[in-house]
Amino acid sequence: MDKEAKRAHHDLGGASKFMCEPVDTEPHSLTDFDREVDALRQLLSARDLMSVDELRRGIEAIPEADYLRMSYYQRWIRSITDNLLRRGVISEAELRAALGAP
Amino acid sequence: MNILEADSDRLLAAVRAVLEQKGIVSTPEIHARIASTDAASPGQGARMVAKAWVDPDYRELLLEDGTRAAEALGIRMRGMPPLGVLENTPEVHNLVVCTLCSCYPRAVLGYPPFWYKSAAYRARAIRDPRELLASEWKTVIPESVKLRVVDSTADYRWMVLPQRPDGTEGWDEEKLAGIVRAGDMIGVTVPMV
Amino acid sequence: MFAPGEMVRVKDAWPEATGPVHIRTPYYVCGVTGEVVRHLGDFSNPEDLAFARPAEKRPLYHVRFRKGAIWPEAKPDDELLIEIFEHWLERP
Repeated sequence: MDKEAKRAHHDLGGASKFMCEPVDTEPHSLTDFDREVDALRQLLSARDLMSVDELRRGIEAIPEADYLRMSYYQRWIRSITDNLLRRGVISEAELRAALGAP
Repeated sequence: MNILEADSDRLLAAVRAVLEQKGIVSTPEIHARIASTDAASPGQGARMVAKAWVDPDYRELLLEDGTRAAEALGIRMRGMPPLGVLENTPEVHNLVVCTLCSCYPRAVLGYPPFWYKSAAYRARAIRDPRELLASEWKTVIPESVKLRVVDSTADYRWMVLPQRPDGTEGWDEEKLAGIVRAGDMIGVTVPMV
Repeated sequence: MFAPGEMVRVKDAWPEATGPVHIRTPYYVCGVTGEVVRHLGDFSNPEDLAFARPAEKRPLYHVRFRKGAIWPEAKPDDELLIEIFEHWLERP
């Protein structure tokens, strides 16, 4: 299908590259990291600091190789960070300081 | 270095630290939210299905307005996306997917399963659902039954009302709910006795 | 507004070509004709919400497509049911 060449990398319906990939149907428990990211997103949304739509946009902006390599919640925290910086809820300086701290 | 490329664990810790310093999101709030989110489970959806199987008026409500049907069973739906319910019949089998991300009826089913969020599921479900169901879940949809794939692209969240299996005559709601799994309410499997 | 039973075609539009966007119409259904099942309600346009811009409420429809109209290889009479915003639909 010609349209497939134009699809954005997150727009996966029917994407040929995945049609032969097996589905891992095993249950995988969520890690503490996963749960914290999920809870954080909910709280930010409840406080009108980031909508679900902004979260999705931020995930879609992740370059394709990273998007496919990263876990579900790794994409979320990257998008959350992107959106909080965009909206000025936190500043890059504050974040770098927190990252640099031991 | 692009700050967004920092290691995810460090990024989470740093974001949380800044938000806490600024009084925006605190650690106790995160823990409380984790606890309440963990409390949601497919058991909630299973109760809705079981009730619809025994009570025709509830079934009608469930198909008409999933949100009100959930609230009728004490499930908190305020602020949640609208819930739509699609009924499996002898003529049609429904399968839910979100090809664009992973929209899932969390309010009634809890966290989405790992497989639901995978690229393979999102790609295959919409294009070759029968092969997917047969190869990954050993679910064979007969040729005479139409398969309808529902792509959750916007504001609604969708769940499936599966058919009640034979061999459950006279069962009470609790016993019926016990055989309804998350996969049955997404459409990758059907309830088994 | 579109009524249940009306045939509609999804616009064959690719706005991402002109800049960053957030779209909830999947690529595979662009240019494809289907049937309106029902009006699901009016919701704020996600294309604007995604950029924290003021967003208008737009009608959202459930639209049914024959699988054969998109991927004819297996079971063309199977169906796809997709939520699509009105501004992505036109009369064929």
